[in-house]
Amino acid sequence: MNDMQSRINDFVLKIGTVNGTGSASANGLLMKALFRMGIPVTGKNLFPSNIQGLPTWYEVRANHKGYMSRCSRVDVMVAMNIQTYQKDLAEVSPGGFLIYDSTWPREKDLNRHDITVLGVPLSKMCNENFSVARVRILMKNVMYVGVLAALLNIDLEVIKKLLQETFASKPKLIDANLKAIMLGYEYAQDNFTCPLPARAETMGDNSGNILINGNEAIGLGCVYAGATVGAWYPITPSTGVMDSFSAYCERFRVDPETGDLRYCIIQAEDELAAAGMIVGANWVGARAFTPTSGPGISLMSEFIGFAYYAEIPTVFVDVQRVGPSTGMPTRTQQCDTLMCAYASHGDTRHPILFPANPNECFEMAVNSFDLAERLQTPVFLLSDLDIGMNDWMVPELEWDDSFTPDRGKVLGPEELAEMDRFVRYFDVDGDGIPYRTLPGEDPKGAYFTRGSGHNKYGGYTEDSDEYQEIVDRLLVKWDTAKTLVPDAVLSRSSKETKLGVIAYGSSDGAVIEARDRLAELGIHVNYLRIRAFPFSAEVLDFLHEHQTIYVVEQNRDAQMKSLLMLEANDIADRLVPILHYNGMPIPSECVVTGITQHQAGEAAA
Amino acid sequence: MTFMARPNIQLPGQKLNEIGLSLRDYEGALSTLCAGCGHDSITAALVQALWEMSLPPEMLIKMSGIGCSSKTPAYFVHGAHGFNSVHGRMPSIATGALAGNRDLIGIGVSGDGDSLSIGFGQFGHVIRRNVNMLYLIENNGVYGLTKGQFSASADAGSTSKKGEVNQMQNINAVATAISMGASFVGRGFSGDRDQLVPLIKSAIAHPGCAVLDVISPCVTFNDHEGSTKSYAYMREHKLRATEADLVPPRAEIKASYYAGDTYPVRMHDGSTILLKKVDPDYDPTRRNNALGYLERHRRHGEIVTGLLFIDQNVPDMHEQSRTVAMPLKNMRYEDLNPGSEALVELQRGMK
Repeated sequence: MNDMQSRINDFVLKIGTVNGTGSASANGLLMKALFRMGIPVTGKNLFPSNIQGLPTWYEVRANHKGYMSRCSRVDVMVAMNIQTYQKDLAEVSPGGFLIYDSTWPREKDLNRHDITVLGVPLSKMCNENFSVARVRILMKNVMYVGVLAALLNIDLEVIKKLLQETFASKPKLIDANLKAIMLGYEYAQDNFTCPLPARAETMGDNSGNILINGNEAIGLGCVYAGATVGAWYPITPSTGVMDSFSAYCERFRVDPETGDLRYCIIQAEDELAAAGMIVGANWVGARAFTPTSGPGISLMSEFIGFAYYAEIPTVFVDVQRVGPSTGMPTRTQQCDTLMCAYASHGDTRHPILFPANPNECFEMAVNSFDLAERLQTPVFLLSDLDIGMNDWMVPELEWDDSFTPDRGKVLGPEELAEMDRFVRYFDVDGDGIPYRTLPGEDPKGAYFTRGSGHNKYGGYTEDSDEYQEIVDRLLVKWDTAKTLVPDAVLSRSSKETKLGVIAYGSSDGAVIEARDRLAELGIHVNYLRIRAFPFSAEVLDFLHEHQTIYVVEQNRDAQMKSLLMLEANDIADRLVPILHYNGMPIPSECVVTGITQHQAGEAAA
Repeated sequence: MTFMARPNIQLPGQKLNEIGLSLRDYEGALSTLCAGCGHDSITAALVQALWEMSLPPEMLIKMSGIGCSSKTPAYFVHGAHGFNSVHGRMPSIATGALAGNRDLIGIGVSGDGDSLSIGFGQFGHVIRRNVNMLYLIENNGVYGLTKGQFSASADAGSTSKKGEVNQMQNINAVATAISMGASFVGRGFSGDRDQLVPLIKSAIAHPGCAVLDVISPCVTFNDHEGSTKSYAYMREHKLRATEADLVPPRAEIKASYYAGDTYPVRMHDGSTILLKKVDPDYDPTRRNNALGYLERHRRHGEIVTGLLFIDQNVPDMHEQSRTVAMPLKNMRYEDLNPGSEALVELQRGMK
């Protein structure tokens, strides 16, 4: 039990239920109550690709140091699903607690002596107190919130206030929910020693923070970026992006006088069409984007190459899921890095932004439109299921009202009037970016867009030199991109070290926590978080400064390591992959173990 | 060099349209298609129709997929933006472009391979969305650029140039469009410009997706004995069900126009399509009648032409979406961005 004593505001609570039973609102209530107590929290949904009836888990981590990554420990398990009871029981860390519905007896041989099992007759109490069948199912979930409130010392007043806010328009529901919570709370108080050693205590101030998921933040970012056309084909786990864009447009983009909409959302027939639609919309000068996941990028690759070669700005949001093929749609990975970098046939390469949390999802959504229009090329916003669909605590999003979008090099009728002749693909400024015009403005600006061979005038060509001139200029543009993408974030160790670690996207949290634990073990590492491809100069500097660089990522084939090797092949032997790709978000232990083991091997050698 | 600009020579005494442009202003680069290709006649009909309608070149967008047909947007209206996209995907480009700027006049040129094989999905869905555009299929029943394979529109029993007999049923562009709920469907023949020009004008005036299937013989690969898409076969088996003419807004419609089976179909922009039933049996406002008529005549090997179906009251994409009247690409950023205060306010619910 000693291990549990230091678990004040530092515990993992896992709840196993059946999907479709309404447990999401109960779990949300728990998460938000801890958040309101000022405790840093994260919530991970571990759910099946199914609508109703299969096992689903919600994992809440409360951590006073603010660590946001998953850690592979379970201090308190609520095992509501008989199907997974055996597995849930096995997963509890030694010294931990398991709560189950004791209305029905458990199998005797399922037991563990190194944990404490607490039975609560949830169904029985629900049946005695609520008459409608559906209400009984829902209230069973709310009742375990009451049990946990007593066991984990969660402030009942906070829970009551949350219920009042949630059901402000339906006061009857407040009473029923409160009744269920009190039944659970009182049962726990009467029968167990409350609170447990792993428990919550009101701490700091979370008023500057919010709870949000990455998909919602991207949808909101697209609204703030001024996107007006969104085309998409529904695909898990990206659907929330368009749901969010749609909801915020309904809130902010309805003409107050006419009720007409200042946006157009098109649910396409497939991803090929969704890609074509955003190419078409951006071609005429409307900011347009498509959210999708890996399988969608595979289908969109034809138009991605077109937009690269014809130089049409486009924003592709890829919320990654587990591949290859259909893979595991409700599990997370960083497995599309290489595909997005070089999507489509022929010589193609594309800028990618890697947000690490919902806050960056919002900022980078805005940034991706600016980059796409400035560079006249497809830009990828590469999120993943962990960022996109889980609940993150992040600092409040901020907006600077003086921001004006960068619409890139567009010539209108006034500029055209001063020119003898408009030429589409001239590199006038030496940055590899030509000027474009928009349809509907001036016949003098007319040109022909094509994916077939073209010369700098925009004319069709099969001439070798004319062809090569264009694809070589696209490389000049690529160099310009390196100066425009977001910088990498460098965190130096307090001690001088030749060890470095590189990570990106949702692997960030695991590295932050791992560095602290490694420092306690005497291993000091500098950390560079990559935020974009192509790599800016500081990425190459970091590679050359360190003797060993651990590259942490969530895919089997070390895709970021491959990208780094392509850019800096002289340091290839210094790169050591640390990989996690089973579909669960990467836990900090993976990084600690990977680095300590490699260091031990180096010492032995 | 396979791109040839046409010298723009303005001859004195050329006839000008309402906006002061000559027919020459609606032409494009020189065609690189085979001499005698039906597609070039369609291009000429497009030039004539667009000039007669006095459409500002910069408001037109010319879009296509891949194939012989898809080369043609380069051959008309040099003052309009053109977009030669990828195979079978023209409808998605058109949908996005017209979503972003609803004031543009969309002209999509496709072929039978482009629309009825690789692009069959997008063909159906642009109709379903009723995107306001002319969707013109230059239909020759054959793959020309890859040297003579049957396309999906080749009739069962027709033969290829090498003598192979096509065993599969054909996909009929007009019957498919009508049954999928298209709001405007017509069929023409590249060799009949008198019929084609008014059909194109009517299709452009129609406020929705206007599908125009134009049989356009391939002189190199599908103009032989045994082909059902040859000049000879078309001249022999073409049947006019209706005749259409477009009367611009404000023009006087004379009472004599109403003689016989002619009646007006009024468009939302004030123009009128004068529709004449050549065959009194035909009713282009009733879907089942149109389909039945097409099927009866198909059995006799006849190719029915004319304006085959019209319903100008089907809501188009923007009506369905309730989009603002101003083109989205012209919206001011301050009317799109909610600002910092709204962001603070909305985040209250996230705490």
